Amino acid sequence: MARITAGIGASHVPLIGRAIDTQDTQSEYWKPLFDGFDFTKKWIAEEQPDVIFLVYNDHATAFSLDMVPTFAIGCAEEFAPADEGFGPRPVPMVEGAPDLAWHVAQSVIQQDFDLAIVNKMDVDHGLTVPLSLMYGQPKKWPVKVIPFAVNVVVYPTPSGRRCYNLGKAIRNAVDSFDEDLNVQIWGTGGMSHQLQGPRAGLINQEWDKRFLDRLADKPEELADIAHVEYIRETGSEGIEMVMWLVMRGALGDNVTELHRHYHVPASNTAVGHIILESQN
Amino acid sequence: MALEKPYKDVPGTIIFDSEMARKGYHLNQFCMSLMKAENRVRFKADEHAYLSEWPVSEEQRQAVLDRNYNAMLALGGNIYFLAKIFSSDGKSFQYAAALMTGMSEEDYKAMMVSGGRSPDGNRYIRENK
Ligand SMILES: [Fe+2]
Repeated sequence: MARITAGIGASHVPLIGRAIDTQDTQSEYWKPLFDGFDFTKKWIAEEQPDVIFLVYNDHATAFSLDMVPTFAIGCAEEFAPADEGFGPRPVPMVEGAPDLAWHVAQSVIQQDFDLAIVNKMDVDHGLTVPLSLMYGQPKKWPVKVIPFAVNVVVYPTPSGRRCYNLGKAIRNAVDSFDEDLNVQIWGTGGMSHQLQGPRAGLINQEWDKRFLDRLADKPEELADIAHVEYIRETGSEGIEMVMWLVMRGALGDNVTELHRHYHVPASNTAVGHIILESQN
Repeated sequence: MALEKPYKDVPGTIIFDSEMARKGYHLNQFCMSLMKAENRVRFKADEHAYLSEWPVSEEQRQAVLDRNYNAMLALGGNIYFLAKIFSSDGKSFQYAAALMTGMSEEDYKAMMVSGGRSPDGNRYIRENK
């Protein structure tokens, strides 16, 4: 039986990818950020997950205004790193897990979440930067990935509560897959940041830390946070944190926090990182 | 009945909701076209001519030519789409962010390194005079 054993939360700032791709991770600016992922790299090398269910958002890359799916699950055999205007990142192709992805799609839709099923999609920094943070620069990613895109670009994004409940449905779906697989779920994006307008540069460390404090044991409280609070307190792009709630929902009631890291800034953004192990 | 928009009183922030997405549709799709290298080349060669191929409003066109990002946001541009314009110009997100705040890039960077803009005094329009 497949099972979701652990979840990771991590920001996915494009410039982090650039720092990795240009071997700049040990500079004065970047070292404190990357140091916080040393533990994770060792841990994940031991865990050896078979599949990452990677919750992220597309940033006007694969999805323009032609189509704006609220939730989209990638069911393809593989996904190419996208050209976001400077040429694609020099990272390996992302290998999909189509059997599990199609299974999850069917199960989750039957649990009343209407997913868009995507079979052709390039994946942008939202997906590839977290992979680089956890796995560095391998020739081939040592894991299969199911990209799961959440719309956080066009308002309204799905609510935190909806994302949290979706995570629970994803857990049910994975539990009912026959193959013996170690699956992790990652929630990416955030934490506080605003990229637009005269209020750009907003960071709310106190709020972010309270979010991290409650993720393991008080997810219900986090699921109740309204859109407008994310916007007001954490900046217009802080809303990405709803994707962490998909991850948390998929871990079951009891989780243990294994590792945490928080650093300001990466470019315009507060970087948060957490590892939660499912105890169910 | 009108939709509730509780985010309208957040200072210095335009939420890309249905109204804005409707207003900015062509502007954002123009931005999207700059993802293709050949379009970037044509745009850079003659911005007026390239923009005239898109049914954007006169105001939107002028805002693009002026690289007035705050104006583009107010006219329905979304920052992830507008990023295609400043990327075509070889500029970073931090450059654009500084520009939109009216700070020099140096001052903006220094603000970020020292912890970013505080939310205090920046939560409601009424407290941000
Ligand atoms: Fe993002």
